[in-house]
Amino acid sequence: MLSVRALSTDYTDGRGANVRAVQELAFDVQPGKFFTLLGPSGCGKTTTLRSIAGLERPREGEISVESTVVFSAAYGVFVPANRRGFGMVFQSYAIWPHMNVYQNVAFPLVAGRRRIPKDEIRARVLRVLDTVALDDVATRDATTLSGGQQQRLALARALVLEPKLLLLDEPLSNLDAKLRERMRFELKRLQRELRVTTVYVTHDQSEALALSHEIGVMKDGRLVQVGSPRTIYGRPANPFVADFVGTTNFIRGAVTSVQSGSSTLVVASEIGSVTALATEPLHAGADVVLTVRPEDVELSETAALGVNTWRATVDQKVFLGEAIDFRVRIGERLLLARTHPRLSTRIGHPIHVAIAPEKVLALRAGDA
Amino acid sequence: MPAAATRTAVRSTPIPAEWLQGLVVGASVLVVVYLALVPLAFLLWQSVHAQVAAGTVAPLSLDNFRNVYARTGTGRLVADSLRFAIGSSLIAFGIGTLLAWTNERTNAPFKRVFFAVSIVPLIIPGVLFVIAWMLLGSPKIGLINVALQALFATDFVFVNVYSLPGMAFVDGLHYAPLAFLMMSAAFRAMDPALEEAALMSGASVASVAWRITLRLSWPAAFATLLILFVRALESFEAPALLGLPAGIQVFTSAIYSAIHRYPADIGLASAYGVSLLAIAAAGLWLQSRITARGARHATVTGRGFRPRPIDLGRWRMPVAAIFVTYLLLIVGLPSLVLLWSSFQKFYAVPSLDAVRTLTLDPYRFVLAFPSIARATLNSIALAVATATAIMLVTSVTCWIVVKSRARGRSALDVVSSIPIVFPGLVLGLAIMIFYLHVDVGIYGTLWILFVAYVTRFLPYGIRYNSASMLAIHRELEESAAMSGASWWQTFRRIVLPLLRPGLVAGWIYIAIVSVRELSSSILLYGPGTEVLSVVIWELWENGQYVELSALGVLMIVALSLLVMVAQRLGGRLGVRIA
Repeated sequence: MLSVRALSTDYTDGRGANVRAVQELAFDVQPGKFFTLLGPSGCGKTTTLRSIAGLERPREGEISVESTVVFSAAYGVFVPANRRGFGMVFQSYAIWPHMNVYQNVAFPLVAGRRRIPKDEIRARVLRVLDTVALDDVATRDATTLSGGQQQRLALARALVLEPKLLLLDEPLSNLDAKLRERMRFELKRLQRELRVTTVYVTHDQSEALALSHEIGVMKDGRLVQVGSPRTIYGRPANPFVADFVGTTNFIRGAVTSVQSGSSTLVVASEIGSVTALATEPLHAGADVVLTVRPEDVELSETAALGVNTWRATVDQKVFLGEAIDFRVRIGERLLLARTHPRLSTRIGHPIHVAIAPEKVLALRAGDA
Repeated sequence: MPAAATRTAVRSTPIPAEWLQGLVVGASVLVVVYLALVPLAFLLWQSVHAQVAAGTVAPLSLDNFRNVYARTGTGRLVADSLRFAIGSSLIAFGIGTLLAWTNERTNAPFKRVFFAVSIVPLIIPGVLFVIAWMLLGSPKIGLINVALQALFATDFVFVNVYSLPGMAFVDGLHYAPLAFLMMSAAFRAMDPALEEAALMSGASVASVAWRITLRLSWPAAFATLLILFVRALESFEAPALLGLPAGIQVFTSAIYSAIHRYPADIGLASAYGVSLLAIAAAGLWLQSRITARGARHATVTGRGFRPRPIDLGRWRMPVAAIFVTYLLLIVGLPSLVLLWSSFQKFYAVPSLDAVRTLTLDPYRFVLAFPSIARATLNSIALAVATATAIMLVTSVTCWIVVKSRARGRSALDVVSSIPIVFPGLVLGLAIMIFYLHVDVGIYGTLWILFVAYVTRFLPYGIRYNSASMLAIHRELEESAAMSGASWWQTFRRIVLPLLRPGLVAGWIYIAIVSVRELSSSILLYGPGTEVLSVVIWELWENGQYVELSALGVLMIVALSLLVMVAQRLGGRLGVRIA
């Protein structure tokens, strides 16, 4: 459906220096799928989205949708934004304040060189307003809508042309936490129902995990990992992804032995010998970073047996309501653990730590 | 799917929509560049060419400058110009700042009324304001002298506006509202917490005003002073009407005299004009530097704070008294003296005798006189055409400067603000010379005045439009593009409607200043193309004071009505003038 090949963009900043925003980016999105570009601010995700939209002209590469090339540096093709026929929701929603709700949604149908009969326009506007549950405020001034309503209005405007591709630029970032969570469900339901191919840009990892079929994690203008939400969270390809998506513990070490025929290996680390899982071939002696999610660090007041067990002391704890975050000390090393709130060991008291070997990922040190 | 497999690229071909964009953008840029650069280039060219007979190529020389600066009187002219400008700007600044601080920062009574009335002088045309002050402050017939002499039974001359201090005083009073508006903006932009912190530290109100408020607004204050100084240098009415009879010459009146002598010495006028232009440009350059630096360590937080007024305590009433005095001086007295004289057959000092001879004759004269009717039509036509043309053209050029990424857009920004350094008289001179040499058939018609007005007020249009253009979020246009709208559709259906408050406010402002305009018009009008301000000037030269007063009263009433209607209308459209 959408295919991005070897995309590179640079722009000159305020002081005239060349900034390379996106480098050698390539990915595909299958029809009807929800693809998310995830990364910290300044990683080039919005630039990529704007390049797909046609609002930005990349320096190199090729973008095609279905079998139509909308941008190709090699062939000098650049279809302007107003002829690509994509829908887009902007971060600020960009609701036109001088039009009412109906007029905002009808604009794409009357703009351009389309000649659509009046009653068809009306029918299509009302249908899409109904889809986003705004049909009862059609004649209201757009500026009188609440944040959530404006967000749905922007979505309706982007959908009214039934676009091949829907582009969303951090559409939830201007909403308060509660509303954001509700709109997340709403957005997911709409996308799955309409089966519109969607590219979504966000810096919020929980949004990305909740909404996407597939996530592309970006850093410094490059894609560092593409995969399903489960893969991204559970099998991060490198320390950057592990750190950016969710919270994690990093432990430095070196491989001491590799079990032949399996991906399990033993690592000598800051907290002693650890049995871990490797997602790529590593040989003895390689420097690695071990990553463990806090919820995979099991704490108990009774002694644990077997591999990957330690004696520790409670250093600090934070009550969060549905969970407790413990910071425990193994030797000189601090480790973060998330547990059920019923565990109430006091600060300074000893505690036992156990981590299942398949929950410890060994990543090659120095990667990204 | 691999894109290389099927390559049915949609090539972007030029279609009418893009031609329209090219046409609109190209035409607007051409107009702005032509208007801004041609008079400047020609004036510079003219000033370095010696005066020779028409038809021969003038040799390049600095004779004009040598002539000017070798003269014995020139030293005095420069000194008087500077003294006048410094005096006028200090008076305007002092009054304006005091009023602005009281109005923005304290709990002085009747603030809203004062704000409305104190900007009224901006509406009164300069020529009327100066003439009104002549009737008040002339040594022989001036009302102030007459009244005080009667009171003290003496023939001592208390005030004399026909002097350098008198000129500076009248000019400074007239432009105090400008200082008031600029300093109000500066005070409004300042976080009141900074003042409150000083109050909490035990400082007195006066000490807060002096040590905190004024120090923090120093960049703004200095920028305001520079603008007032440059504007005073460019001032024409007070120097010509008050200075020339007293034998005091400044740059502007010297230019006027050089052209109005026989034969006219255009080379000399150009040399004076270029000198004046250089000083003005230097002042404005310095001002923009200060403003830019001030913006870097700005005291403005931009957070939504509500300024809390400082309690003046027992000083509330004395401060209110200062306000009343000021309003009486600057608004009341000049208006009243014009009103008085407009009901006389011949000008007479107010007395019981004179009350008996009150008459409506001057108004009958004004309403019946054909050239006044024509001048009114000319002024209205010029005001409407100038305001409309400027607001439309600058809406496009501001879009280029603010929104587009076109190469050379910052150059366009610089070029389009060039006219602001042109004193009105110098601009009139430059345009006069240019269209005398390059005959395109507009010399002596209303069109040349139109060209002059559009050039002169272009920067105002840019100021209004770029402020509102900056406020339009980029994504509002981008979402129109994503909806499939062409550039022209986006501009017409999204950008222009969103600009409307700024467009309306700028239109009204430019219409008002067009009606007031004198210093360019005075060099460019011809028989049949007089405008109202020129008619007032001519009536003055003919000694028709009462008729002039009647016309002035009508003009002030009409302009005030226009402003009131605009404010009413503006309230609904969200327009704020000034």
